[in-house]
Amino acid sequence: MQKTLLKVKDLSFKYDKEYVLKDINFELYDKDFFAITGPNGGGKSTLIKLILNILKPQIGTIELDNSIKSSLDIGYVPQNTNINLEFPISVLDVTMMGNGAKHKTLKRLLNINYTNLEIECAKSSLAKVGMQVDLNTKISNLSGGQRQRVMIARAICSHPKLLILDEPTSSIDIEGQKEIYKLLKELNKDITILVVTHDLTVISNYANRVLYVNQEGFLHNLKQDRFRVNKDEHFCEVELMQMLGKNGENLMGEQN
Amino acid sequence: MIEALHYTFIQNALLAAIMVSIVAGIIGSLILVNKMTFLAGGIAHSSYGGIGLAIYFGLPIFFGASMFAVFSAIIIALISFKQRHRLDIFIGLIWAVGMAIGIVFVDLTPGYNVDLMSYLFGSILAVSQEDLIFMAILVVVVLIFIHRFYKEILAVSYDSEYATLRGINAKFFFTLILILSALTVVVAIKVVGLILVIALMTMPTYIAEQISNSLYGMMIKSAIIASVFTVTGLIISYQFDITSGAAIILVGATVLSIFTIIKKILA
Repeated sequence: MQKTLLKVKDLSFKYDKEYVLKDINFELYDKDFFAITGPNGGGKSTLIKLILNILKPQIGTIELDNSIKSSLDIGYVPQNTNINLEFPISVLDVTMMGNGAKHKTLKRLLNINYTNLEIECAKSSLAKVGMQVDLNTKISNLSGGQRQRVMIARAICSHPKLLILDEPTSSIDIEGQKEIYKLLKELNKDITILVVTHDLTVISNYANRVLYVNQEGFLHNLKQDRFRVNKDEHFCEVELMQMLGKNGENLMGEQN
Repeated sequence: MIEALHYTFIQNALLAAIMVSIVAGIIGSLILVNKMTFLAGGIAHSSYGGIGLAIYFGLPIFFGASMFAVFSAIIIALISFKQRHRLDIFIGLIWAVGMAIGIVFVDLTPGYNVDLMSYLFGSILAVSQEDLIFMAILVVVVLIFIHRFYKEILAVSYDSEYATLRGINAKFFFTLILILSALTVVVAIKVVGLILVIALMTMPTYIAEQISNSLYGMMIKSAIIASVFTVTGLIISYQFDITSGAAIILVGATVLSIFTIIKKILA
């Protein structure tokens, strides 16, 4: 039995009167490459926000493993990292943001610069995502793919156990998308990955399990190859969505 | 111009211009990157309500205007947490109601014939010792605040949701930035007036933003550029006997235009 990192049980959530999520059940195992997919407005981002504790569950629970002690143990790459492009901020500043406000020392009080230790930490995170640029480069001077790498570096800067990405490739060109997946696969050796995506390539070639969310959740274990998409087959997204939505067993059934 | 430096009121004016430029550069940078220019505009105009109240009750003008502006800033912050998508309506309301309150109280003040123009367009040549002390205190407060909380402010300004996830109280810092904006607006009123204060906080910062790769650098450059604008405007104002606030803004607008054209040519 694999170690369970996260357990979502009977989770329901509504913003107003309509339920956005209803009776969601799934477990996230250590070193999973877990994909969450589903139609727009199906509740994917809401589910992520619940896991991140930005929103609080109204019904049901989200249990985290003991190894996840604080929010610093979860890395997060938000959607739309192309906003705020004109902001004067360097690669180093963005990466360091991942460390949070926890490190309060006297030195920090007197100095708005980073300590050498902090800079080394940022450098190692950037190296992990394959970014070899001048730390003072302005974030707007990077390409979309490079910027996304910096966002991933920011997310892994605090050495999280779990990395959550919300549509990480939605605003990047195809070449850049492949690079990001390769990187995620590499990171997956050490970190559990949870990714929200519409992208067939990720679901079929990288994820080992996928949760289809459209108010309700349908869990699929891709290791059983039941839903592995052959590269030569021309699947459109709609077909895959239908397949995942209809043929999936509700997790409750799978657990019993 | 050199002999003018012997006059105390000219010395005071230069000192005020530089101090106001420093805070306008720093806080203006925060306003610009947080896209709060319209919020600052609302606060600036509402502070006239405080000026009116101060005149009516015989209080120091700076005190009345500061209290009223800070009060408006807190109201705007609270509304923005609850009803972000309708915020523009409330800014418009605070903008107009503040000015209306100011005008009514000035009308009610017996025998007082207030020079409204000096508040609308600034009266830097009439800066007093108390004004300078108030400005100096604000400069110190702003510098301490920025130095202590730079990383938190940076995180909240760049990506407030992420900052919140990392344990930074985004609402607290957002409110604090608004309160400091309110105080900055109040001291800048003396130099350029409340109509032009937003231009003083956006023109230098907009230029600085494009030549900076860090928020800290942007703040320093903004403060320097703003100082150049205000001092140059002041000299022109003295030489040609024109309103100082308007002269400062036109200097800024000219530099901004030249900067933009050069940037276009180089690109």
